[in-house]
Amino acid sequence: MATNSDSLYAARAPIFPKRVSGPFRRLKWQIMAVTLGIYYFVPWIRWDRGPDLPDQAVLVDMAGRRFYFFWIEIWPHEFYFVAGLLVMAGLGLFLFTAALGRVWCGYTCPQTVWTDLFILVERWVEGDRNARMRLDKAPWSARKWRLRLTKWTIWLLISVATGGAWVFYFTDAPTLARDLVTLNAHPAAWSAIALLTATTFTFGGFMREQICIYACPWPRIQGAMMDEDTLTVAYREWRGEPRGKGLRRRAVTEAAETTTRAAGPQIGGRSPAIPMPGMPTGVGGPIPDNAPGDCIDCNACVNVCPMGIDIRDGQQMACITCALCIDACDEVMGKIGRPRGLIDYIALADAPAEREGRAPRSVWRHVLRPRNIVYFALWGGIGLALVFALFIRPDIELTVAPVRNPTFVTLSDGAVRNAYDVRLRNKHGEPRDFTLGVTTSSDLSLSVEGVAGTSVEVPADAQALTRVYVTAPAGAEAAGGDTTDLRIWIMDDISGERASAPTTFNGRGTR
Amino acid sequence: MSEKRIDDVTGTETTGHNWDGIEELNNPLPRWWLWTFYATVLFAVIYTIFFPAWPLVSGATQGVLGWSTRGEVARDIAQIDEGQQQYREGLLSVDVHMIRDNEELQNYAVQAGAALFRNNCSQCHGSGAAGAIGYPNLLDDDWLWGGRIEDIAHTIRHGIRNEEDPDARFSQMPAFGEMLTEGEIAGLARHVQSLPDGADPLSGPAGQLFADNCATCHGDDAQGDPEIGAPDLTDAIWLYGSDLASLEDTISRGPYGVMPPWGERLGEANVRALAAYVHQLGGGEAGEPRSETNVEEQIGEGDVPEGAGRTGGDPSDPDEVPFPEEASGTD
Ligand code: SF4
Ligand code: SF4
Repeated sequence: MATNSDSLYAARAPIFPKRVSGPFRRLKWQIMAVTLGIYYFVPWIRWDRGPDLPDQAVLVDMAGRRFYFFWIEIWPHEFYFVAGLLVMAGLGLFLFTAALGRVWCGYTCPQTVWTDLFILVERWVEGDRNARMRLDKAPWSARKWRLRLTKWTIWLLISVATGGAWVFYFTDAPTLARDLVTLNAHPAAWSAIALLTATTFTFGGFMREQICIYACPWPRIQGAMMDEDTLTVAYREWRGEPRGKGLRRRAVTEAAETTTRAAGPQIGGRSPAIPMPGMPTGVGGPIPDNAPGDCIDCNACVNVCPMGIDIRDGQQMACITCALCIDACDEVMGKIGRPRGLIDYIALADAPAEREGRAPRSVWRHVLRPRNIVYFALWGGIGLALVFALFIRPDIELTVAPVRNPTFVTLSDGAVRNAYDVRLRNKHGEPRDFTLGVTTSSDLSLSVEGVAGTSVEVPADAQALTRVYVTAPAGAEAAGGDTTDLRIWIMDDISGERASAPTTFNGRGTR
Repeated sequence: MSEKRIDDVTGTETTGHNWDGIEELNNPLPRWWLWTFYATVLFAVIYTIFFPAWPLVSGATQGVLGWSTRGEVARDIAQIDEGQQQYREGLLSVDVHMIRDNEELQNYAVQAGAALFRNNCSQCHGSGAAGAIGYPNLLDDDWLWGGRIEDIAHTIRHGIRNEEDPDARFSQMPAFGEMLTEGEIAGLARHVQSLPDGADPLSGPAGQLFADNCATCHGDDAQGDPEIGAPDLTDAIWLYGSDLASLEDTISRGPYGVMPPWGERLGEANVRALAAYVHQLGGGEAGEPRSETNVEEQIGEGDVPEGAGRTGGDPSDPDEVPFPEEASGTD
């Protein structure tokens, strides 16, 4: 309605989505099962990494600064793997949005999945749309209290489980579960659970579409990323209009003009219809003839919509493309003996052709367009590069930081010594001995602070800092000269694996 | 231009603002948004009651919780201090040269020693411990007063040639400028300069001078004596410079390098931590203590003075300076 601003503020009008069945609904159930299953159960998967390392398959170890993912372990200096995954996630979203519109919103966004789950509970406790509408209007009786409290309790349990599952990703799940049960868990765990419980409860139970419409940036961004070749949920108004009730609908003439003009009532001013690009404004448009269209104005598509909008108004920001209206409408079309797809995934580019009665271009022509291919190529390229980087990643590494305060030290016999802070990384699951050495054209020798030989033990999956001395004897060229290039190397005593890093040696000539 | 009109497509009134043809629909704001706004205002008010907030002429309101960032830091320091207590006690309970055998203790000693060094020692010895003219380089393998860890600890504890600590080591090189002629000093300087190249300390006329004046302390072999802080003159390390002018100046002046005693000021645990740190800088010598005098008896737990061995001031008092005036030694 969004009338002439009686009030500056609008209260949320509750939405009571009706139950629907069909292929898209089924797909959404399956996706819900998979995503929630992954979310709740992944922390419990065990993965043996040896006695010194955690045996949780997926673990974000903040204190230890490690990220474990099955056989992969990411150190802080390898954060580019995570950055690469984030870039891939971004490109993946571009790809999916360009090809299929807001599929992320409609099928996999946590807000959608949990809202769907909460609506399921709501329907289970309070009944389907009409029963819920009645209950909502009814005064607060004992029955209403009972139903509401039951619903809220189940919501709360789901919310607690949601917050509870989150914290298991950050520490050993069985230990934390024990600590939670015995009330010994760290305050950070409690506050994370409390926060996520509160947000899940309010967002899934009471905010729902408000989050998508007012709080989330995606609708704006994704709207801007779609183009006329994007397949998205839309209403074939050229087929449906003029709409009208009754199976043998009487001639519509003037009535059609007015109903389509207004494009159906808006709900709470929430859904300003946005004209489709390249199409006549609104859904009114010129009406070819007065024969009734396929839309029998049964409102099935509106009743099932979790966003409370009417897709027949055209593409709109509030639509998360959950495709439930497709299922609802297809069912109706089946009943009245009309072909399915009055509401369907269609590309706006096909509208003119369809209007003239020609066949739309194939789905693949839309999906395999240069823009999507470029996205896919970038996405796949980064993916391959990450996999490649993962496989050539060494198990032992070193970094060498020359000590430059002072640049060199003269020893009593006139030799010149340089010191280096060498960080040795052992990514193996057990302690390893590393032998250090120096390669140079000059007469330099290497020793390690605090140990007799040149061998250092590095604990399992750890980095060790050692001070390494490189000494040039008195009279050697390196001792008196300027700088000399050298390479400090390490060798894993067990595997023979080697790594090295270049650095320089400062002689007395470098003041 | 401001002309409100009803938008064709949505039937909604516009705000009347028009930016190059782009208009804005006057849709109502969700009411919960308004409540959220009120909630944040309420939160802000409550916050200012509990936490320091409103600026006053000097300072700000304190808040009823009495919370402050300074207090937070003090609490953190106190907590860390408590956690370090076991290491300080550990340092006091073993022989200094045994610290190294306990990896955890050594680790603590080196880290704590590094911090102590930067605060207390770097002013003279440099932040990299490389010293300067007249201030020994602690990275090399040449030690005036011995380079075993007990020797180092003793030097730190009591200092060198200071008047505050009766146990400070003493020795004095005479100012030969008052005893020898300029020519003799110049000859001696040239002679000393040639010692690292293997010249016989006692040969030639300058050698005679050396034998008469220098060998008592520096030895007939000119290799010095760490018991009395006499430097080795045959090595490549020169505290006051190795060019002729510097050597002449050193001989005629007779340097008198002073180091303050740190034992009382830092506490024994910190002295040991510092010694462990300095010892592992690259020049420390291995082995048992060189001399019994360098060994501080083990200190029992009960003997640790209150606050001794802390790296900072009293953590419970955020205003306290780390080293109050009265603790900085006698005159
Ligand atoms: S609009 Fe935002 S919150 Fe809603 S489904 Fe899309 S991404 Fe999720
Ligand atoms: S209009 Fe259809 S696709 Fe869009 S949110 Fe509503 S039911 Fe889902």
